[in-house]
Amino acid sequence: MSLPKYARPLLMAPIALLAGCNVVLLHPAGAVAAQQGHLIVVSTLLMLLIVVPVMVLTIVFAWRYRQSNKAATYAPEWDHSTQLELVIWAAPLLIIIALGAITWISTHILDPFRPLRRIDAGHAVAADARPLVVEVVALDWKWLFIYPEEGIAVVNDVAAPVDRPVLFKITASSVMNSFFIPALAGQIYAMPTMQTELHAVINHAGDFDGFSANYSGAGFSDMRFKFHGMSGADFARWIETAKASGHTLDRAAYLELQKPSEREPVRRYAQVADRLFDSIVDRSVNGGNLTAASREP
Amino acid sequence: MDNTSTLLRLVLGRLSLDAIPYHEPILVGTFCVVALAGAAVMGALTYFKLWGVLWRDWITSIDHKKIGVMYCILGLVMLLRGFADALMMRAQQALAFGGSYGFLPPHHYDQVFTAHGVIMIFFVAMPLVAGLMNFVVPLQIGARDVAFPFLNNFSFWMTAFGAGLVMVSLFVGEFARTGWLAYPPLSGILSSPDVGVDYYIWSLQIAGVGTLLSGINLIATIVKMRAPGMSLMKMPVFTWTALCTNILIVAAFPVLTAVLALLSLDRYAGTNFFTNDLGGNAMMYVNLIWIWGHPEVYILVLPAFGVFSEVVATFCGKRLFGYASMVYATVVIMILSYLVWLHHFFTMGSGASVNSFFGITTMIISIPTGAKIFNWLFTMYRGRIRFELPMMWTVSFMITFVIGGMTGVLLAVPPADFVLHNSLFLVAHFHNVIIGGVLFGMLAGITYWFPKAFGYKLDPFWGRCSFWFWTIGFYFAFMPLYVLGLMGVTRRLSHFDDPSLAIWFRIAAFGAVLIALGIGSFIVQMIVSFVRREQLRDTTGDPWNGRTLEWSTSSPPPAYNFAFTPLVHDNDTWADMKNNHYRHPREGFIPIHMPKNTGAGFVIAALCALYGFALIWQMWLPAAVSFVAMLAAVIIHTFNYDRDYYIPAEEVARVEGARTEALAAHV
Repeated sequence: MSLPKYARPLLMAPIALLAGCNVVLLHPAGAVAAQQGHLIVVSTLLMLLIVVPVMVLTIVFAWRYRQSNKAATYAPEWDHSTQLELVIWAAPLLIIIALGAITWISTHILDPFRPLRRIDAGHAVAADARPLVVEVVALDWKWLFIYPEEGIAVVNDVAAPVDRPVLFKITASSVMNSFFIPALAGQIYAMPTMQTELHAVINHAGDFDGFSANYSGAGFSDMRFKFHGMSGADFARWIETAKASGHTLDRAAYLELQKPSEREPVRRYAQVADRLFDSIVDRSVNGGNLTAASREP
Repeated sequence: MDNTSTLLRLVLGRLSLDAIPYHEPILVGTFCVVALAGAAVMGALTYFKLWGVLWRDWITSIDHKKIGVMYCILGLVMLLRGFADALMMRAQQALAFGGSYGFLPPHHYDQVFTAHGVIMIFFVAMPLVAGLMNFVVPLQIGARDVAFPFLNNFSFWMTAFGAGLVMVSLFVGEFARTGWLAYPPLSGILSSPDVGVDYYIWSLQIAGVGTLLSGINLIATIVKMRAPGMSLMKMPVFTWTALCTNILIVAAFPVLTAVLALLSLDRYAGTNFFTNDLGGNAMMYVNLIWIWGHPEVYILVLPAFGVFSEVVATFCGKRLFGYASMVYATVVIMILSYLVWLHHFFTMGSGASVNSFFGITTMIISIPTGAKIFNWLFTMYRGRIRFELPMMWTVSFMITFVIGGMTGVLLAVPPADFVLHNSLFLVAHFHNVIIGGVLFGMLAGITYWFPKAFGYKLDPFWGRCSFWFWTIGFYFAFMPLYVLGLMGVTRRLSHFDDPSLAIWFRIAAFGAVLIALGIGSFIVQMIVSFVRREQLRDTTGDPWNGRTLEWSTSSPPPAYNFAFTPLVHDNDTWADMKNNHYRHPREGFIPIHMPKNTGAGFVIAALCALYGFALIWQMWLPAAVSFVAMLAAVIIHTFNYDRDYYIPAEEVARVEGARTEALAAHV
């Protein structure tokens, strides 16, 4: 069956439109996101094995057995066939067995709490490599990034060297958000009194969008930041810029910063109060300790 | 002075003139339209002297058929409200790019998407499902009414008044700005001190009581009131799906009630179940709400599957393929729907094994669902398919739903969900299954059973217009959202930086306009059908050559449904009766025992709504008064012993005689 002439451009239009835009989930710049994007493609193809025949058969049967087609067989009492029923239960079952196996394996490999084993498809992480630690706090309505080893903090801007594993430790000050840089890796929630983790690596230099992927109130839509993949030298300069700012994020400054505000510009702090992130998780920044427990993975 | 202000506080609580949003032109405009329409309806009722009819024959009616119709009307009216919200969101997202913030500030936009979700699930999909089940189930099993007819009336009015409270929030105060599931801590008193979340809580609590009672009612009806001979494996598939849905309701809704009660304790009494401090744990809320929320999805879609099963067998002129596997598939889905709730929050930090477990249980659901699709497919195989409207909806459903099913299974793969969670891909997925599954099913069901309820068919031309606008509009509105999801665009954003996204949002907005035309065509279809009702009249009671018992009685059925309780020998009972040359009964009629109408359900539900409204605004005095009045009304109702009556044999003979004549005239 060939398509009518006018149908071809109509079918091609969406594909052309798709090619023209940035489908970041399928072409990301980080190894974790790349594996996740690959998984989307594989799973979809696997399911199309059964979805396409169902759609085709629906149309074929609808056409062939229309009332006006008296040539088609009509079997009003035929309502059972053991072989056919075995097939219709077995076919989805086989696909789900395959997909289930893929799910089990990929979920463990891509568990955000699990340290990375490889930089990209070709390179393993060196045995003695330690990841860059970045502590992430979702505030109303901005992001605070603390680099504990470098001793700096930045609001609404974050960077990491290319090909170096990063460990994000994530929490929130008041309500739930979700920390998501689509080009880097899948999201994980930022939740008050709890700490989540994300291991990821960026493989290409560039500026990528990051944002909250969970609605968190009035300022949510502007809760965006840039994530920079940088060479080692650029990253060192980026750290130096923060150190040169001269500002200090002590507990008082943090309590001021966590008050609700929208569309905050990038701010840099040369010094950060000791163990600030841990006190945010157990809600003891202002002295008292109010929570039962912080969450360990 | 002090005393007066204290008294005023006790009576009015937090309510003051500031709560009226007269500074929001959109709301003022809406209010004017609603007020004018309301005045027109009331004027018409007065002019045509219909108030008495409305009260006697509808509001106080305990006839399951009328309650079913009222549920459907409620669902369709609320669809207009929910869809107006959808149009506003689509317009906002089509406009707000680059520097533009669109026409809705976050304060309003956040209410719109919250209200859209709440209304579409609780006050559109649920009433439509409940309406069809109420109308059809007793007729399909050969019963005279549901097991507890008064309770049925009360359940309906609780749902209706719950919907009423949401509507009131539009003009008095505001609705929640939390998203449709109101996750704490955002919905807690610290982040949401206004009345919005309280409107959310009390409208859902009131409607939830109605839903739960209706669930108990229909389970009792199906289990205890089937016609003799109708064993479980001879029940029509729609009744099977209704049974499973109501079991889900009875098991799931108490969880919703409990979790909302805990949230209201946090908000009203200062407890710390879900707060950030003093050991509160928001994860508990998220788990509990989804333990209700996931079965809820199947509560909606199972009856739609039931509708398609009836429709496909009828219009293919053929027995349903694989009846037994259809039933088992339904039951398996019912059970599995309790084992998947965590897939809604893979991204909240569960371990890999927990995520895998819930991902795989989710995928397993697609096996019985796939089997169902194949069963419908092979019912079409070697059939004689009449493409009347219900069948058109069914074919459209089969093609659309498999796409939604596929993207659903994709979202069940945890690492894929990590990038797709909360994205527009997710939004596209659940609209794909809820519109393509539930809504198409409800529209198929309404078209299919409308002649049974009113005695005439719906106009096919406007029905076809509605069908094509809905179907094509759906693809235009939601396929772009799949693409946007893959581009990493998250949901609930009120404006965007990247102008290259605009084209996709504008295509989606165009789709929403097509759907608006679909809804418009549906309304025109109703009006045209009413005007042309004599041409569309069906006197046989069996306009589609149906196969199940509801088609054996007249359209509309008499109050008592069946003069004699039918005897069932086969699962396509009416087809079997027709094959065996069934004759309409002519004599031997006996008086029929029937329940009597009562206004108690309406009054108690109205007092509940008043109580809810008083609690929302913390009007402690009116709250106490309405609570006591509610209890008093319940107690007074228990002393009403005048609950039943007999339809005399002569009356039954007269009605059935008229039907015999009508049938004879038709032949």
